[in-house]
Amino acid sequence: MSNQNDEALKPTREQFIYANLLIIGVWAGIAILFITYAIYLFGLLPPHVKISVIPSVWAKGVNEFLEITHSPHGWGWVSLLTKGDFLNYIGFVLLALMTILCYLVLVRGYIRQKNWIFATIAILEIVVLSLAASGIFGGGGH
Amino acid sequence: MFLWSVAGVGLMVALAGALAAGPGLLRRNLANLRLALPVALVASTCSILGALLGLYLSSLNPNIIQACLGITIVGIALLLLFSKNTEKPVVTNQDAIGLALGLRGAYWDDGARESVEWKTHRTALGLCLFILVGLLAGMFGLGAGWANVPVLNLLMGVPLKVSVATSKFLLSITDTSAAWIYMNRGCVIPLIGVPSIVGLMLGSLIGVKILAIAKPKIIRYMVIIVLLFAGLKAMDKGFGLGLLG
Repeated sequence: MSNQNDEALKPTREQFIYANLLIIGVWAGIAILFITYAIYLFGLLPPHVKISVIPSVWAKGVNEFLEITHSPHGWGWVSLLTKGDFLNYIGFVLLALMTILCYLVLVRGYIRQKNWIFATIAILEIVVLSLAASGIFGGGGH
Repeated sequence: MFLWSVAGVGLMVALAGALAAGPGLLRRNLANLRLALPVALVASTCSILGALLGLYLSSLNPNIIQACLGITIVGIALLLLFSKNTEKPVVTNQDAIGLALGLRGAYWDDGARESVEWKTHRTALGLCLFILVGLLAGMFGLGAGWANVPVLNLLMGVPLKVSVATSKFLLSITDTSAAWIYMNRGCVIPLIGVPSIVGLMLGSLIGVKILAIAKPKIIRYMVIIVLLFAGLKAMDKGFGLGLLG
């Protein structure tokens, strides 16, 4: 095998599909974060926590930070989407959800192929990631 | 900044960089999906536990943890430095688990201008080690590439370029679970998070192209240098020396 175009050197179909989905999500994430950050920095939407306050509180413990800034945890940020700073969470969440979305497509493909081992692995991973996303584990902040 | 805010942003940055690099690495067959999926399941489950454990350990003396982490990373760097054949390990017999999962592949190495076939061995032991890798990644808010690459390359016999690429791709899965933990705790500050995330994503898109054409030997020395720097910095902080700033 010495030919660069050899079929054996090419990625599998599932790998190609995963890559294509991911690149769409990546560019969408970059574009969304550019826009929302500009809205935040230029004050087009008022922030929940003033920018000038942040450096004075980020050295505190996480609970103190949340108390002083009246910031939510869990999925509470959804109610603050009209605020410039929390609007950026749309981009964060899109990036954090990308893997789950790609895995859902993988599961479909593996089931069609009757590849039960990898279908099971993919389903279990979706369960793990969804549990993490749900907020039931609370947090691990230092 | 307090450690929680660094860890929260750090994890999102590592996640975003891995997501950005993923497509290019998968398309070039440098990152292998079949290799990544079972490893990711083990590591991501444990990274949740690690993230929760981080809260408990932060109440103890964090310097002890930093020093241990630093010593471990430096040890791994030295292991990589003195190990032979790390660029293309020779695996004669694949174990049963690796065979059942189909953990094998081939890729075109642009740097060396040759095709490289590979398969794994010691798969069960490797999966067990990824339990520890996941725990540490979640605990410290780290990407864990420093641990993924040696386990894949030195233990499981995966070529160095595939190890580096698959490790980078793996982070997009394992860091997702830990990132949600920190996000749900309000530990991701948009003011510093967004520019870091976008910057690293754009850098990762470029980095993938460089990995594809770089010679394996150069990749090896870059990995060792980065590991040594990260390990010595952690030891410096853990022992309170303050020599590295």
